[in-house]
Parts: sequence; C-alpha cells; structure tokens
Amino acid sequence: MSAIQDYKSSLSDVTSRKFETFSYLPEMDTDRIRKQVEYIVQQGWNPAIEHTEPENAMDHYWYMWKLPMFGESDVDRILGEAEACHKAHPNNHVRLVGYDNYKQSKGAEMVVYRGNPV
Amino acid sequence: MSKEQGKSYSAGVKEYRETYWMPEYVPKDTDFLACFKIIPQEGVPREEAAAAVAAESSTGTWTTVWTDLLTDLDHYKGRAYAIEDVPGSDDAYYAFIAYPIDLFEEGSVVNVLTSLVGNVFGFKAVRSLRLEDVRIPIAYVMTCGGPPHGIQVERDLMNKYGRPMLGCTIKPKLGLSGKNYGRAVYECLRGGLDFTKDDENVNSQPFMRWRQRFDFVMEAINKAEAETGERKGHYLNVTAPTPEEMYKRAEYAKEIGAPIIMHDYLTGGFTANTGLANWCRDNGMLLHIHRAMHAVLDRNPNHGIHFRVLTKMLRLSGGDHLHTGTVVGKLEGDRASTLGWIDLLRESYVKEDRSRGIFFDQDWGSMPGGFAVASGGIHVWHMPALVTIFGDDAVLQFGGGTLGHPWGNAAGAAANRVALEACVEARNQGRELEKEGKEILQAAAKSSPELATAMETWKEIKFEFDTVDKLDVQHR
Repeated sequence: MSAIQDYKSSLSDVTSRKFETFSYLPEMDTDRIRKQVEYIVQQGWNPAIEHTEPENAMDHYWYMWKLPMFGESDVDRILGEAEACHKAHPNNHVRLVGYDNYKQSKGAEMVVYRGNPV
Repeated sequence: MSKEQGKSYSAGVKEYRETYWMPEYVPKDTDFLACFKIIPQEGVPREEAAAAVAAESSTGTWTTVWTDLLTDLDHYKGRAYAIEDVPGSDDAYYAFIAYPIDLFEEGSVVNVLTSLVGNVFGFKAVRSLRLEDVRIPIAYVMTCGGPPHGIQVERDLMNKYGRPMLGCTIKPKLGLSGKNYGRAVYECLRGGLDFTKDDENVNSQPFMRWRQRFDFVMEAINKAEAETGERKGHYLNVTAPTPEEMYKRAEYAKEIGAPIIMHDYLTGGFTANTGLANWCRDNGMLLHIHRAMHAVLDRNPNHGIHFRVLTKMLRLSGGDHLHTGTVVGKLEGDRASTLGWIDLLRESYVKEDRSRGIFFDQDWGSMPGGFAVASGGIHVWHMPALVTIFGDDAVLQFGGGTLGHPWGNAAGAAANRVALEACVEARNQGRELEKEGKEILQAAAKSSPELATAMETWKEIKFEFDTVDKLDVQHR
C-alpha cells in the first residue's frame, strides 16, 4: 500500500471548485462530448446550451445560449452551438443540458467547456 | 329491498366461508385488494381459512352478535375471491381478498394496516400468514400526502442531474462527540459526496446531544459547499421519543438552513412519519427514510409483511428517500424482487409482474415517487452493478466504502465520485457496465490515485451468502 496522500482542496485553491456531474473526471474532449450529445438525442430529450461566469456557477439559473433546441437530433448542430457559445464566452463554464419534458426535469446536465476557475 | 331484511337473529358460530368466500365476486376499481400467503392449521379447508382471514381483517368476529343486524354487513365485509397455489410449496397458498374502500379512514396508513395486518396475524385457524402485496385504489392514493417533494423536486433543489447521488453513513455509529462527528461529515462532503447520513441509532444520546450535532454538521455542509461549489446535505435524524421532541428538532434543522432531515418510519411509527412528512412539505424540507425493524416484519417467507407492502405504505405516508437494499452488498435482497419494489417506490404506474413478485397493477396517479437508497456493505467495485440495477433515481451510500479508505474520508469520497461518474459516462456511451466494469474503473483510476487505492483496498471483498427470502418459484 502506498503512503498516505493529502487531499488537495481548499477555499483558497480555486481548482477545488467543481460543477456537478462529470466534474470529477478529466475535462471532456470533442469525442467524449459527442457521445454524450448522442445519448441525449437517443433518449429523446431536448438539448440546450447554457453558460455562466465561474463565480456565479452555484446559481440555479445560468444564461441560456439562444433557446433549447427542441426536437433537434443533428448531433453536429448541437455540438456546433456548444462550441459557438464557448467561443463567444471563452472564460465561462458552458454546460450541455438534456431536458426531459415527460419528467419535467433535466435528464442530463454537464459542463463541457470549463471556464477560468475563481 | 336489502338482503339483510327479513333475517332473524340466531346466536352461535357459523362457518366463515358461508359469508366471506365469494369466488364469483368481481373486485371493484375502488376496492383495496390484498394477497395473503396462508398456511392453515391441519384439517382447515383452504376456502375456510381464506374466508376467516377476510372476516378477521374486516367486519367479522368469532360469533354472531345481534348488532350485526343493525348494519348492512354485506356492504362492509372483506371478500375472499380467489385462491392460488404457491409455486414450490405443498402447504401454502395465496388468498386474494377485496375490501370496500369505506372500511378505511382517508389518508390513514395507520388505519389500513390496523385492519389488514391486525389481530388476524395471531388467528388460531392459520399456522402462518404473510401479506404479500396490496393494491391501493387510486381513489384512496389521492387522499394521502405521499412524498413531501419527490424525485423531480429534490433534483432541482439539490442541483443533481443525470446520475445517481452519493451518500455515506457516518461511523462509528455510536460514541463520537458532536465536533468530531462534524469533522467526519465535512471530510466526506469536500471529497465529492452529495449527502452524508446520521446512523439510525444516532438520536440524542449523552455522548452527542442532537443540538451540537446539528450545529457542527451545518458548519461542515456550509464549508464543503463553499469549497467545492456544489450543493450538499446531511440527513439530520429527528427520530425522537415523542412527536413533540421530533418536531422541535425538525424546526431547528430548518432554522439553521439544513436541506434534509431523516426519520425511521417503522420504529418511529406511521403516525409520526405521516405527520413529519406533512411538516416537511409545508416547510420545504426533504425527508430521508430509514427502515430499522423491517427485517423483523419482512424476512420470514411464510409469516409477516412483504417489504413491497411496506414500500407502498411508506410512499403513501411520505418520504423522499427510502432504503431498499443493495442486491450486491452485505444485506439481504433478491434482485428481481428488489427491482419490483424499487419500481413501486419510483414509478407512477406499475403493472402486475409475478416474475418480480408484483401481484397487482398499481396506479399512483400524480403522487410523486421517492429515491431508492442502496446502503450497506458496498464499495467501488460494486459501482458498475449498482448503476445498472438502480439507474439514476437512487442514492448510493458507501459507509465503510468511504470512511475505510486508507487515506481518509475525503479520498474515499473522491474515489466513489470518480467511479460513479466513470460508470455513468460509460453507460451513456452504450457500454455494458456489468461486463466491462473492471476496464471502466481501471481506466478511470489512471487519473485518480484515490480510486486506484480504493480498488486495491477492496478488491477481494465479496458477499455470496444465499438470500433467505426468495421469490416463490417452482424449484423441484
């Protein structure tokens, strides 16, 4: 058994901030984002893109990027919107949402571009 | 002209089946339906024992009394309407009984259970008796409050989407001071858990009174939230010796801003639970439900109350989380049967399915569902199976599997969180978790030394005792 390691996390270390689902895994590359978009489309959920300044990440409401893409099943179009949002707001967190209108909830929500931590 | 008219009073004992065995009866949509597993005393015919159970759980008593004739007992009586063999058993059989809805006070699980599983369970004509399932008519469901918030509202409040949530019961379960206890909570939450939990045995003992526990735990939650930027909670157990004391603790939990409290619904009792659930709905507080004492009632395959019935009763009484067993951990639980009662807790309509032990269609209408809680003897290696079995609407609780990490609680929590997210990501990619679980975890461990160490610590642990209470199937 290896020696005990310190758990590096603190109020002063901004890299300690997480952003819920998948934020304990390494940041996603395009290939991994694509697979999650495909999953959302397969479930019949409505994809949406949202973003926020990292200092406001704990708010329930982030900024909507345009409107949710109701009925959109073109994976490339959805990826394109996520990328466009990221380019327009390079310092912000950008998240991908799958709205499940039957459960009136989000079936999926994950940050796909990580902004500068604060 | 009523059937009772013209009857005259004659004292004495008559056979139950003359009045309560009605094989021609077609149950109404508003009837309560119950399936009992009966082993009668030797020499008692099946129909007579079934009728006796129907009688003793509804209007009947052992002898005729003159006041029977002041009412229309044919309207109020329970009716045994069908009998079936129990697969794999020579002496047990299922009896199906229908009860008219007006036997039960609206919104009272207490009243329902007092009739259905009351005196009849000590009745001499049956050797053993088990309530296997009940169908609660939708008309009655709508008189009950149910879960204070339900799955969808809890996800919104806690901001957790697209994955099961993670929890941990703080150990040792007895003997920690409030301040040391809060430390253990803080370490778990900063490492990536969504919830920690009071052990059910923790109420307000001399070593740690509830007030100090609540205060220190709340500081732990607030600091972990600021540190991680995520929403956190701890199930503050408000189970108490009296309802007054229970509400006092619940009010204080609300005052300090705690998001969730906890209650033991069987030892605390259904009156306390239903009242607390109503209080939680009024006060925006989530309610976690533990099930201490359930195995006393549900483990014997021939006598008692099946857990699927206790699940339905809790859903009516109210709770946002309910412990359901893990299938894979150290505690009892057959997989198909567990999947059956998980559905009864979470779904809005559940079809009859004998392969999962479900005897009736159950319509819950608009009543919210609750999260299934898997807790007890589970660790990172179980994660692929747990995600497959439970899906997203569950809380997976690793006690020893978090606190027992060689580097401490925070590392243990991080290991579980990484393992969970890796499994959910792989599932979404269409990979088969139970087949590829090992590779998925090993790949995730490459970027998480905490997970690598957890996998090394627990790799040899398995739980392979046979379950005592299996579904009734032909096995000869």
